[in-house]
Amino acid sequence: MRVTVTVNGAERTAEVEPRLLLIHLLRDHLGLTGSHWGCDTSNCGACVVLLDGKPVKSCTVLAAMADGHRVRTVEDLERDGRLDPVQEGFARCHGLQCGFCTPGMMLTASWLLDHDPDPSPAAIREALSGQVCRCTGYENIVRAVRWAAARRGAGPR
Amino acid sequence: MQVPAYVDYERATSVEHALALLARYGPGARVLAGGHSLIPMMKLRLAQPETLIDINPLTELDYVRLDGGELRIGALTRHAGLLGSPLAGAAAPILHDAERVIADPVVRLWGTVGGSLCQADPSEDLSAAFAALKATMVIAGPGGERTVPARMFHTGPYETVVAPGELLTEIRVPVAPGGGSAYVKVGRRAGDWPVGAAGAAVRLDGNVITSAGIGLTAVGAEHFCAAEAEEALRGAPATEESFARAGRLAAEHCRPVTDQRGPADYKRHLAAELTVRALRRAADRARGPGRGA
Amino acid sequence: MSGAAGGPAGAAAERPLPAAGRKEDARFIRGRGRFLDDITLPGMLHGAILRSPLAHARIASVDTAAARAHPMVEAVITGDMLAERGLAWMPTLSADTQAVLATDKVRFQGQEVAFVVARDRYAARDALELISVEYEPLPPVTDARRALDPDAPVIRDDQPGRADNRVFDWSAGDLAATEAAFAAADVVVTQEMHYPRSHPAPLETCGAIADADPVTGRLTLWSTTQAPHAHRTLYAMITGLPEHKIRVISPDIGGGFGNKVPVYPGYLCAIAGSMLTRRPVKWTEDRSENLMSTTFARDYHMRGQIAADADGTILAVRASVLADHGAFNGAAQPSKYPAGFFHVLTGSYDLRAAYCQVTGVYTNKAPGGVAYSCSFRVTEAVYLIERLVDLLARELGADPAELRMRNLLRPEQFPYRSATGLRYDSGDYPRALRKAMQIAGYAELRAEQARRRERGELMGIGVSCFTEAVGAGPRKHMDILGLGMADGADLRVHPTGTATLSVSCQTQGQGHETTFAQIVAAELGLSPDDVDVVHGDTDRTPFGLGTYGSRSTAVSGAAAAVAARRVRERARLVAAAMLEVDPEDLEWADGAWRVRGDPEQARRIAEIAMAAHSGLELPDGVEGHLDASAVYDPPDLTFPFGAYICVTDVDPGTGEVRVRRFVAVDDCGVRINPAIVEGQIHRGLADGIGIALMQAIAFDADGNCLSGSFMDYLLPTSVECPSPELGMTVTPSPHHPLGAKGIGESATVGAPAAVVNSVMDALAPLGVRHADMPLTPAAVWRAIKGCPIRPGPIGG
Repeated sequence: MRVTVTVNGAERTAEVEPRLLLIHLLRDHLGLTGSHWGCDTSNCGACVVLLDGKPVKSCTVLAAMADGHRVRTVEDLERDGRLDPVQEGFARCHGLQCGFCTPGMMLTASWLLDHDPDPSPAAIREALSGQVCRCTGYENIVRAVRWAAARRGAGPR
Repeated sequence: MQVPAYVDYERATSVEHALALLARYGPGARVLAGGHSLIPMMKLRLAQPETLIDINPLTELDYVRLDGGELRIGALTRHAGLLGSPLAGAAAPILHDAERVIADPVVRLWGTVGGSLCQADPSEDLSAAFAALKATMVIAGPGGERTVPARMFHTGPYETVVAPGELLTEIRVPVAPGGGSAYVKVGRRAGDWPVGAAGAAVRLDGNVITSAGIGLTAVGAEHFCAAEAEEALRGAPATEESFARAGRLAAEHCRPVTDQRGPADYKRHLAAELTVRALRRAADRARGPGRGA
Repeated sequence: MSGAAGGPAGAAAERPLPAAGRKEDARFIRGRGRFLDDITLPGMLHGAILRSPLAHARIASVDTAAARAHPMVEAVITGDMLAERGLAWMPTLSADTQAVLATDKVRFQGQEVAFVVARDRYAARDALELISVEYEPLPPVTDARRALDPDAPVIRDDQPGRADNRVFDWSAGDLAATEAAFAAADVVVTQEMHYPRSHPAPLETCGAIADADPVTGRLTLWSTTQAPHAHRTLYAMITGLPEHKIRVISPDIGGGFGNKVPVYPGYLCAIAGSMLTRRPVKWTEDRSENLMSTTFARDYHMRGQIAADADGTILAVRASVLADHGAFNGAAQPSKYPAGFFHVLTGSYDLRAAYCQVTGVYTNKAPGGVAYSCSFRVTEAVYLIERLVDLLARELGADPAELRMRNLLRPEQFPYRSATGLRYDSGDYPRALRKAMQIAGYAELRAEQARRRERGELMGIGVSCFTEAVGAGPRKHMDILGLGMADGADLRVHPTGTATLSVSCQTQGQGHETTFAQIVAAELGLSPDDVDVVHGDTDRTPFGLGTYGSRSTAVSGAAAAVAARRVRERARLVAAAMLEVDPEDLEWADGAWRVRGDPEQARRIAEIAMAAHSGLELPDGVEGHLDASAVYDPPDLTFPFGAYICVTDVDPGTGEVRVRRFVAVDDCGVRINPAIVEGQIHRGLADGIGIALMQAIAFDADGNCLSGSFMDYLLPTSVECPSPELGMTVTPSPHHPLGAKGIGESATVGAPAAVVNSVMDALAPLGVRHADMPLTPAAVWRAIKGCPIRPGPIGG
């Protein structure tokens, strides 16, 4: 079947099997390898992208379901050479080590900040609780999101 | 990573269209809602439908509203939608208790109430919550609508009364003053399936329990409920003694099995302990101001 | 809004961190990392492995005809096909053998049976369903304690003459002295304990892309490996390809923790697939394959005893261990140490005598043993001694922190020769424990605990003092498959004064590109921005054994420092020629060679580098350019240590455990990059919580793995992990060029004991002495009821 998905602002069309998972559409068909996969059971969140603005585990969505919808991936966080505050926060606060969970974490964090501009550490931990990080023990991820919240609160640079 | 077997895909545009597609593709068709239970099962090849009928466009089934003394929840309501509904929180706080511990916040954005119920996993939380609430399921089919009590909805693990060609469309929860409800779960970790969980919905007249519903999850309770305990509570005072007796009865009548989440004796204990805790909180809420079921 | 915090400046002020993050971060935060599955080669095919559904069975037949007929399938490889080429078996890093694809029997559930190569990954997976294998089931050995029974089925009947399931017997320490110390003791405490099988579960699973070029005879293998050079040697040994024709590339690695040390059958299947099809073949495992077939960790059945005087002086410790190694001994510790450094079981204490005896056995479970940040079995030893000390405190009615303080090694005892022969390099253990107690507010915590106990609340305070033995190791004592555990570093300073360092270790998130650049920059007075680090490519880096056992800083970091110092010494000669002075008249100060007494007369490395590449006349015997190499053979192990305090609350009605606080004081010697060191500790504390409370690979009596997905193998989330409270002391290693010791595994080693001690402390009023990990709600409740869950097959 043919699917057309608006990915990072651009309409992309691909001929796919109906069973193709969204993560594979992004990675294997569109070459957007920034989103990863880490489990088969929607437990780890390495594959989180934004679907119509909301985080989704893209290993648990068919590409067909995204037909006609909008997807945003980590590749779109930096715009016009400017990092998203979440990206900057992760780097500055050592919120990543191996970097494998990072794209998914950052996308959920950016969604969280859209809805809760000043989340408490507990709220950040709750929001990210469906995504596994094996490297950081989560502490610096929480600090990174707090940093990004403060940066966003300070307005555009 | 795991990938599903070949499957055909159709996108429904209305309930009528969905029913027509289900009729056309027959028993090999499965309804695809949020997909967060079905797609992992397909990837592990534990489910291999021939055709998926995607009902995500049916936004008309995504609602939470009060109507005719009932809380009406559209089957396509996302978990996050139910959790975010102040109406649901006021009328049936058990639903918010349960939704807070279902999977994780990202999954809750996509997984649907109807999808969870129809997946009918014995460890699924909402089945017990709706059993406690004595809710009614509305099922659309080629011959029109029919309703089924929540307690008659499941026919076994992963099996419901929804026949091929039918579609769960709505869940109706009776709401009346003087009620309170709560859901308590023990998992091994955030986002885990329950080792055991209990929900309670009570109505009080003064401190006398006029009706009680108890739902049990993952402990081998028939129809996800504890009928004997409910019977014992009716007309009893809302006291620790009554709750303890109900807990004992709930534990006696469930048939938990040993697995990696815990041994059967522990799950039986949880049936009692969590029934007591749920009843305690439900009664507290019933005593509080402005509460529904 | 947190407007009052004043934006990023305010937030940053809470905790100063490197401004732009690590060198690695720029690509990862943009989704531009290059992990294995991100790589696509022209014409690449995809492989998938058919695995055994049974734990123990003879293979009667394998029929691949239907799979081969699948229109998308290019090849199907079986064990018999590999056997024809001598590739059906491979050596493990423990000098055992392991089946690449089974020929005779399957020996664990999930074992590799056949390999499909297809044009896409979906088709490869589909074709697995078309292979039919006829199995004749055999009784499995699922309980290590039954493995040596006379009637136990022999798992490794592939080994001629084998009549039992024993892998090895190994002991350390002085048995007679230990028995004498126990005989003279006032108090002896004994405890059986099981350190359950766990799995490192890096978020990225394992995989490989093999590209065998039929024309050049070169094999390029991209693979998820922590040890590219050791792997290359192994591939040369297995395939017979000349080693110089093999290039192993380790791209960005999504976490390793020991899981990516071994060579896995899948890598060899990819190689065989590429040789057969003459096209590149990618194989990546799914999560179930990762959990069910790749290297596990722990699985030690331990009987520990501790002896003490009535006044609380600890005299001796001994342990008898049954080690479950699975179906193939796939562990990867130094070959003379089949139980790793378990003999560090004397821990942080001054003991007269110690003895340990370890028996390894085969079972019908996945192979492995040493993995998951254990510092070669130090984690098992630390758990044993720290549990025993806590039990002793209980027996004596002593405070566990005070009992430890009384028995810790004193600073003046270093270097210290332990009762089992290890030579501890340096330490101030009482200072670390005092600091941890101070951060925790230990006395107030005990007072709070007393108040809560009066109300029937269960609050626990758990202490763990650990000593690690890492940085393996001196090559005359330590090797893997005969390869001495030394590591190389090549440093090239380019004419314009920037530098490239090539190292044999392999980052999996530890930030080597950042810290190793900092090491070189500090030695040469360069900016870290001007130093790039090359790693993970055998064609571009010097030989070395790789990253595991906390050895990167300890060994490769030392090699980098030594190489940089060699460059500096050569620069001195060049600088002397430039300044027309005697080299002896120069001193290194403030990042330049300066004339003694006239420090303005100086040359920096950038100037010297240009001169070294120029026509400048150099003294006799001084070569041009400014490069140097080093191979670092560590004189001994290093011994990081620390003191942890964990506070838990236990729900008496449900057995649920909440970790409320985690205080960690670590001493890893000199900290090269404090932020990265702290990040490593954060990770290990989360590991400790996970291992102690939820992570376990379980089996049923038939050998079915019950933990084959993240629904059943639970990893801690952000909700279970508290915000850690860290402290530090710095006791440099006297024999490491930088004074560093290593930090990669400390917290994973030290934390589980702190969590378990805390939960047992919480349950003390109920008379509970011990319960095995994982302390799930069910396990805690059963312990409270006096019928703790025993290790062994579930339902068996």
